[in-house]
Amino acid sequence: MIKNILNLGDAALYCDFGKEVNRETNTQVIRYFKSIQKENIVSINNLSPSYNKLIISFDLKKTNFKDLKKLIENLNITNEDDLENKKIEIPVCCDENFALDIVRLEKKLNLKREKIYENFFDKEFFCYMTGFIAGMPFLGDLSENMRAKRLETPRIKVPKGSVALTEQFANIYTFESPGGWNVIGNSPLRIFDSSKEESPNLINPGDIVFFKEISKIQYESYSE
Amino acid sequence: MILYFLKKYQKFNTKVTVSKNYFKVIRAGINTTFQDEGRKNLYHVGIPFSGAMDKRNYLLSNKLVGNKINSPALEFAYQGPLLKYFGNKINIAITGDINFKIKKKDITIDGNCYQSLNLDNGDEVDILSTNKSVYGYLAIGGQIDLKYQWSSCSTNTKAIIGANDGKKFENEQVINISKLNNHSVEKKLNYINTKIENIRIIKGTNFDYFSDKGKKTFLKKEFIVSKLTDRMGMRLEGPKIENIIDTNIKSEGLIKGIIQVPADGNPIVMLSDHGTIGGYPKIGVVISADYDKLVQLSPGSKIKFKQVDLSSAENLFKLYDLETQNLISQIE
Repeated sequence: MIKNILNLGDAALYCDFGKEVNRETNTQVIRYFKSIQKENIVSINNLSPSYNKLIISFDLKKTNFKDLKKLIENLNITNEDDLENKKIEIPVCCDENFALDIVRLEKKLNLKREKIYENFFDKEFFCYMTGFIAGMPFLGDLSENMRAKRLETPRIKVPKGSVALTEQFANIYTFESPGGWNVIGNSPLRIFDSSKEESPNLINPGDIVFFKEISKIQYESYSE
Repeated sequence: MILYFLKKYQKFNTKVTVSKNYFKVIRAGINTTFQDEGRKNLYHVGIPFSGAMDKRNYLLSNKLVGNKINSPALEFAYQGPLLKYFGNKINIAITGDINFKIKKKDITIDGNCYQSLNLDNGDEVDILSTNKSVYGYLAIGGQIDLKYQWSSCSTNTKAIIGANDGKKFENEQVINISKLNNHSVEKKLNYINTKIENIRIIKGTNFDYFSDKGKKTFLKKEFIVSKLTDRMGMRLEGPKIENIIDTNIKSEGLIKGIIQVPADGNPIVMLSDHGTIGGYPKIGVVISADYDKLVQLSPGSKIKFKQVDLSSAENLFKLYDLETQNLISQIE
């Protein structure tokens, strides 16, 4: 449930679902997101679901904070367990040329790379949110012994397709972008496709993601 | 039989849409893109709103050439493009605070902003610079042949979407005009862009992450717009803003106008092509009424933030919007 709605500037609602980042809280956020989306409220410009927040930005020419807040508070939110969780498998090649930060992670986590990859490929991930750059999924949760901080100096260019870790999360760089996450491999799969306007993202909030290791040869011969 | 008509129709159709009227880009300019009002309902995918940075000037440029006001226009920054026109007489208008020249066969004229003019075959438009501002708009009286994605042609060079294959202008490329407007009456508006240094803000959701001294620094001191400023964000330099709680927050959604303060204490204002998620504390949000003015502050400009409450911000936006509507209705 929404704990509190504040204004973020003069044209957005800031809905707080509580301090904790976990699947339960995030599932609530996604429920609200999907229910509001279904209502097709014309004054709403954008919905931004994240771990424990939902930001609703609106057209100040069509409504205002007070009126939209009331409308959102009185919405009927579907509480049944009707969220579709798509299961998606992502191929990852961990060749040394791709695993830019594996040596750093071995040191930081005090684990051998074989163990790091074993932990990673055994895990089932949950997609909390997508964004920052188009289509980038924020996937959790890594077990306690796999959590490392961001690079001290972020890279100016992280290669497209990089699979990377930080704290309890994993992500996939859908474009070449600046970034500070620990890169452990690269996926040949297209995660964001702007030609598919209906659903440009392969992975969406609420989806379940598994990673599968592939060889360099499989990576190079990979066709979508 | 149907096929026959279809073929005939296609043939006919091709004939009409083949572009006889076009601009050749001789010099692309620093950051020239196609923009319109932007695209909605895609933040959750990771795609920002985009669209014209200075909406008022964008709308006025279209009105001056008799287009629908939300038609695509060329947006340029600092140094604009040099364009050569080929085709039948066409109407264009430039808005902003722009130094530009029109080169006709035997004569070069200094251009006037907020005044539409006709170009003939072979004429050139040379947009030299934006005067102590950042963005300007060139509207073309007609329909530009462009690719739309999610009902907008706005080019987003980060996500590589929108018109021009998601890229900024390049030398030697062509802008095809698929249809010219019927009337090419020259129109004029008496308007001067005012520049403001005081930008009004509403307190952000993490305002209390900052010390009393930090809050004072933010609201009383002067900042300078840095060179690291583009369509995604505006980085400011000046006194450091002191954080006493945490220099990171759990990543959450962003909107344009949000002022984030990372660990180094230098504020960053989110602009139209911003990343959709961020993890730095939000000290404030620029009010909607001041956004068009904010984006026009060029690197080196001074900026001061002034706090207002929500109801004042709402009223100021009503006034600003009314003023924009008045300006639009003055162009007939």
